[in-house]
Amino acid sequence: MTAIQPILNKYPDNGRENLIPILQDIQNESGYLSKDSIVEVGRFLDIPISKIFGVATFYNQFRFEPFGKYHIQVCRGTACHVLGSATVLQELEKNLKIKAGQSTRDGLFSIEVVACIGACGLAPVISINGEFHAKVTAVSMKQIIDDLKKEEEA
Amino acid sequence: MDFTININNKALEAKQGETILDVLTRNGIRVPTLCHIKDAFPTGACRMCVVEDEKSGKLLTSCSYPVEADMSIQTHSKRVVESRKTIIELLLSNHPDDCLYCVRNKNCELQDLSEEHHVRERRIRGKKNTEPLDLSSASIVRDPEKCILCGRCVHACEEVMGVACIDFIHRGNKSIIGTAFNQGLNTSSCVNCGQCIMVCPTGALTEKNHFAQIQEALNNPAKRVVVQYAPSISVSMAEELGMEAGTDINGILNAALRKIGFDHVFDSSFSADLTIMEESAELIDRVNNNGVLPMITSCCPGWVKFAEEFYPDFLPNLSSCKSPQQMMGAIIKSHFAAEENLKPEEIFSVSIMPCTAKKFEAQREEMTQEGISDVDAVLTTRELTKFLKLYGIDMFNIRPELTDSPLGFRSTAGKIFGASGGVMEAAIRTAYYKITGKELVEFQIPAVRGFIGRKETTINIDGLEVGVAVVNGLANTRKLLEEIRNGKNDIHFIEVMACPGGCIGGGGQHIGSSDEQLKARMKKLYQIDATESIKVSHKNPEIIGLYENFLGEPLGHKSHKLLHTHYHARKVML
Repeated sequence: MTAIQPILNKYPDNGRENLIPILQDIQNESGYLSKDSIVEVGRFLDIPISKIFGVATFYNQFRFEPFGKYHIQVCRGTACHVLGSATVLQELEKNLKIKAGQSTRDGLFSIEVVACIGACGLAPVISINGEFHAKVTAVSMKQIIDDLKKEEEA
Repeated sequence: MDFTININNKALEAKQGETILDVLTRNGIRVPTLCHIKDAFPTGACRMCVVEDEKSGKLLTSCSYPVEADMSIQTHSKRVVESRKTIIELLLSNHPDDCLYCVRNKNCELQDLSEEHHVRERRIRGKKNTEPLDLSSASIVRDPEKCILCGRCVHACEEVMGVACIDFIHRGNKSIIGTAFNQGLNTSSCVNCGQCIMVCPTGALTEKNHFAQIQEALNNPAKRVVVQYAPSISVSMAEELGMEAGTDINGILNAALRKIGFDHVFDSSFSADLTIMEESAELIDRVNNNGVLPMITSCCPGWVKFAEEFYPDFLPNLSSCKSPQQMMGAIIKSHFAAEENLKPEEIFSVSIMPCTAKKFEAQREEMTQEGISDVDAVLTTRELTKFLKLYGIDMFNIRPELTDSPLGFRSTAGKIFGASGGVMEAAIRTAYYKITGKELVEFQIPAVRGFIGRKETTINIDGLEVGVAVVNGLANTRKLLEEIRNGKNDIHFIEVMACPGGCIGGGGQHIGSSDEQLKARMKKLYQIDATESIKVSHKNPEIIGLYENFLGEPLGHKSHKLLHTHYHARKVML
């Protein structure tokens, strides 16, 4: 039995209207949509995987790579934007050489853009594995990453 | 007619359920379209076809908006014309400025529309799309920078071909068209049929070009450069050359190819005859020896890859015969090479095909002898026109010539391979003779001819009722195979062509031909069949000679080695 079979079992009528709920369940379970799981969903619902990939990329909520050990959520809400979250995100992407939605090859870091995490007083704010860092700048962003890397090497 | 609607201050009749565009087209009023495909469910994606509804003051997409009684429409009001122009300017805002270098230069719908709407400056500058070129496929090149997201390729791939290897990815201004996981086409389920190229309004989808290799070979005195052209080529080039659709340029083509510098000019219709000899023998063998039935033709490389991916359980049903292109290639690099005292590697073998999938087929491992490809380069019909121009050939002032012999003479049975139903008809003619020892009284089998997606009939061969089916368009093939999986058992022999109408509608043909022009090609093929005298492959003197001098007999040892192959299930993400 494959990893997602228990999820598919919850949808006995295998109608294509179940596509998004199934994808959500898989993401809740494993944190992302793997190629294998998408292929399996395609077979189950009889939908070409290009279509499933099309649907899944349409929505921001779906990821195609597992979270890194440090999952960094960058808030791009209005208050954070006004105080320069774009530069923070840019610096972070440049530093880690990945785009939002991706994970580094060593599996350490992943970036996610979120709309607002409700901490506008701390803007620009990021959250690493649920821990908030307030008033982040490009410089302090680099420092945070460097510290985490050092911690890993130690 | 149900009611009238008012268009440009004139009352026109309209039927409940049609779109505004239907009424406009019927009355000769042309509004520009980009995403619209005839007979397909409209998407209204591009909004080129907007017209003004005078009552509400709204701009409606005429391709998707159903007519209503007492509508009042303006098709070319100031506002409509201006919005169409703006749409084009927006499409151009992120489009590369490289028309001069584009393969679709002078045959591009976007270019035509901007010309028609008098776009004379770049008024809107947008961020260019920087998605990389996809060169991974052996047949098709994708350039997402030139894509205008009309979605016609997605429709062709899914609805006509039943493949669905591409779809819209992401959303809004990040939208692109791509494969699952945005990987290269080569690892997708793409069957290389090229129907996406046929519907692409711009240069976002094109065939992979082999000009450089061919030119190098032509300039290399140590290489013997031979060329073969498919049955449909001679009747399909007219539109490219500015002649009347369906004109047969066979003799001119032979002369032109020699002028370019090809040392030998062969006709794939000859190897189509050869295919028929082997294939009819195989059919009889399967019927007599309880072989796997229904037998399914394997001339079409798009269909073969489709079967490998989607229907591997039907692979034993596929005829083991190679396609005419590959049979010719194998004979050229074996028998012909020996006759001419050449090593296979001293020959450069070119084929001219109506098909992009033939480029893929030519580089398949099954199509090699000791590591040397049987066919080295493939040109599509479109590319051939450009190649002729490159070498300055004037197709209007040239004396027709014959093909080289042997390997050049054909029966008309080989020629009709170019139309859907042709392989079936040719195979039945020869199988009938082999079983009964008599020729068919009536050679024509009208039930398998024409553009209909699926044709079925039964043929009586000496009391033996043979059920045959002819399908074109892989979506139609899918339906038939599903029925067979579910127990349909009255069919013994199936011809499959991936492209609608067969090779005359192939993915390598002229872009923008009308249904009437395609019909003219088919009509010409059957006209050739009606007027010429040798109508069956087994009476082709050069085929008889090839078996006497070299091959022995159909399904014999040499045939088995050179002309037959087997296909294997192909694992791709579906």
